[in-house]
Amino acid sequence: MKFLVCISKAPDTTTKIEFTDGNTKFNEAGVQYIVNPYDEWYALVRALELKESLGGEVTTITVGPAADESIIRKALAIGADKAVRVNAEANDAYFTAFQIAEYAKSGGFDMILCGKETINYNGSQVGGMIAELMGLPYVSLATKLEMNGATATIDREMKGGVEVVEVNTPFVLSAAKGMAEQRIPNMRGIMAARTKPLEVVEPVACDDLTTFQSYELPPAKSDCKYVDPDNMAELVDLLHNEAKVI
Amino acid sequence: MSVLVYIDTLSGEVAKAAMEAVFYGSKIGPTTVLTNGSISEDSLASLGEFGAEKVLLNKAVTTNDSSQITNLVAAAVESTGATTIVMPLDLTGRAVAPRVSAKLKAGLASGAVTLPNADGTVKVNVFSGKAFGNVAIKTDKKVITLTPNSLQIESTGGSASVEEFNADAGSSNITVKEVRKQEGDVLLPEAEIVVSAGRGLKGPENWGIVEDLAKSLGAATACSRPVADIGWRPHHEHVGQTGVAIRPNLYIAAGISGAIQHLAGVNGSKVIVVINTDPEAPFFKAADYGVVGDAFEVLPKLKEEIEKFKAQN
Ligand SMILES: Cc1cc2nc3c(=O)[nH]c(=O)nc-3n(C[C@H](O)[C@H](O)[C@H](O)COP(=O)(O)OP(=O)(O)OC[C@H]3O[C@@H](n4cnc5c(N)ncnc54)[C@H](O)[C@@H]3O)c2cc1C
Ligand SMILES: Nc1ncnc2c1ncn2[C@@H]1O[C@H](COP(=O)(O)O)[C@@H](O)[C@H]1O
Repeated sequence: MKFLVCISKAPDTTTKIEFTDGNTKFNEAGVQYIVNPYDEWYALVRALELKESLGGEVTTITVGPAADESIIRKALAIGADKAVRVNAEANDAYFTAFQIAEYAKSGGFDMILCGKETINYNGSQVGGMIAELMGLPYVSLATKLEMNGATATIDREMKGGVEVVEVNTPFVLSAAKGMAEQRIPNMRGIMAARTKPLEVVEPVACDDLTTFQSYELPPAKSDCKYVDPDNMAELVDLLHNEAKVI
Repeated sequence: MSVLVYIDTLSGEVAKAAMEAVFYGSKIGPTTVLTNGSISEDSLASLGEFGAEKVLLNKAVTTNDSSQITNLVAAAVESTGATTIVMPLDLTGRAVAPRVSAKLKAGLASGAVTLPNADGTVKVNVFSGKAFGNVAIKTDKKVITLTPNSLQIESTGGSASVEEFNADAGSSNITVKEVRKQEGDVLLPEAEIVVSAGRGLKGPENWGIVEDLAKSLGAATACSRPVADIGWRPHHEHVGQTGVAIRPNLYIAAGISGAIQHLAGVNGSKVIVVINTDPEAPFFKAADYGVVGDAFEVLPKLKEEIEKFKAQN
């Protein structure tokens, strides 16, 4: 079975978010990048588990500049067989999805896996767009995935519960928590990753549909007001009369 | 500028996030609502209260297949001439909005937290709630998804006409085998009050005091990531950067240290109450009200006072 896993980079989760150039650019100075957690922990690991039990090949794809190769090597170290990088800045979800769909069209993939969302732009956009561009079914927010021949049985989050669905390959999926357990790459994996193929392809022409014009930080919190643990009546009073939330 | 709002009503009810999306749309322009399934026409007509002029109901599509719904939305855009398409950023909106964007080649601003700015840009959540971005949509048709609990809806007292809407939705390749409803009545992403607890609670057997307080407040329950990872609580309760991002009016956190990844998912809350034995816990820096104390004593006391308050008001 052939798996394509969409891998994006994200700033380390402890990064202090700041902007430069008159609040028009994310300040990358000193920022450590990681593989977007949903892509790594859930989409990639579940694809690897299925490959290990059913056979096949796991390819990762990333739309991003050469600097992204360190996170791509991490995905290879965890166990992906090969990687593709589309050599372009991923500034717009539609542009990104378009590049991935163009590459995937001729690849004969049984399944394209994305993460639920990137933790920097949080759009939850790219997976659904790939599905539409390729005319494929899209199972979003999957928390469990089992294969039986060409049929997948998938648990997915739905409003107020879980829905169990069946879909035949090929399809696109976005992975949420529960799909798999995080894997830590071992030394052998890290060594092997250095020599695994990382193909660089040039982007196809496509217009961005959106741009981030500026950014802002939330207003600073005012100081915390302390309430004595033995005086919960006061807290209730504050929540009612001052904060007006109950 | 006419607006089409798509809402998922498969549960048979109009959720709060859906009303918010309708209200949001009506502030942009004359609004038609599209939904599918078998919801009663009366519940749909009441969407007029939040600004809908007309509701289109497609009875043929009875699941949330994003491909079929996308086809319905595209057909409704065509028939109404809508230039702005709004959806709540709920579980269905997350799947449908990007498909609609790709199908119509209409730019998508995902996770709006306010009405469009004067210059037409849309303010959305980025960096898991640690910041906002102002997105310019370059295309004539625009798709906007709305972060739940971002705006106060007001009833305008109107009523909407309901029409059946038939369009070719295509076939579905996804078969729903089973639906498992979650326990508890208040759904976390839409809850106005959330009571949350972390590793400080020591074990799953101690969650009774969290649930009791939540019940007294009509609140949903949530937890920190390690608590869901060890299996003390279900995954869907995990809030934070790698869990659900929420923005209730009131977030009460007990026995949670307030790690940056946890804060990322909750700092959109209007008011935060932190209960922690450690006065140095980082969470107090993000709190509006702090109680330095033992959750095992504070939570039951707080519940008692809430019940007293409810009895009087
Ligand atoms: C990539 C990444 C992503 C992450 N994403 C998330 C996320 O989305 N959400 C998330 O929550 N975490 C996330 N984390 C984990 C995060 O860093 C913290 O480890 C986690 O939030 C800590 O959970 P906690 O506060 O419950 O536990 P702890 O840090 O162990 O804190 C327990 C707290 O309880 C207090 N306490 C102890 N006893 C009592 C008592 N009797 N009464 C009151 N207070 C008491 C202690 O003083 C302490 O402050 C992520 C981490 C990484 C690396
Ligand atoms: N630049 C990118 N390259 C490859 N995959 C991406 C990229 N950006 C997003 N994705 C994939 O799409 C998912 C959703 O991203 P987003 O729409 O930004 O929330 C991510 O979890 C990734 O799997």
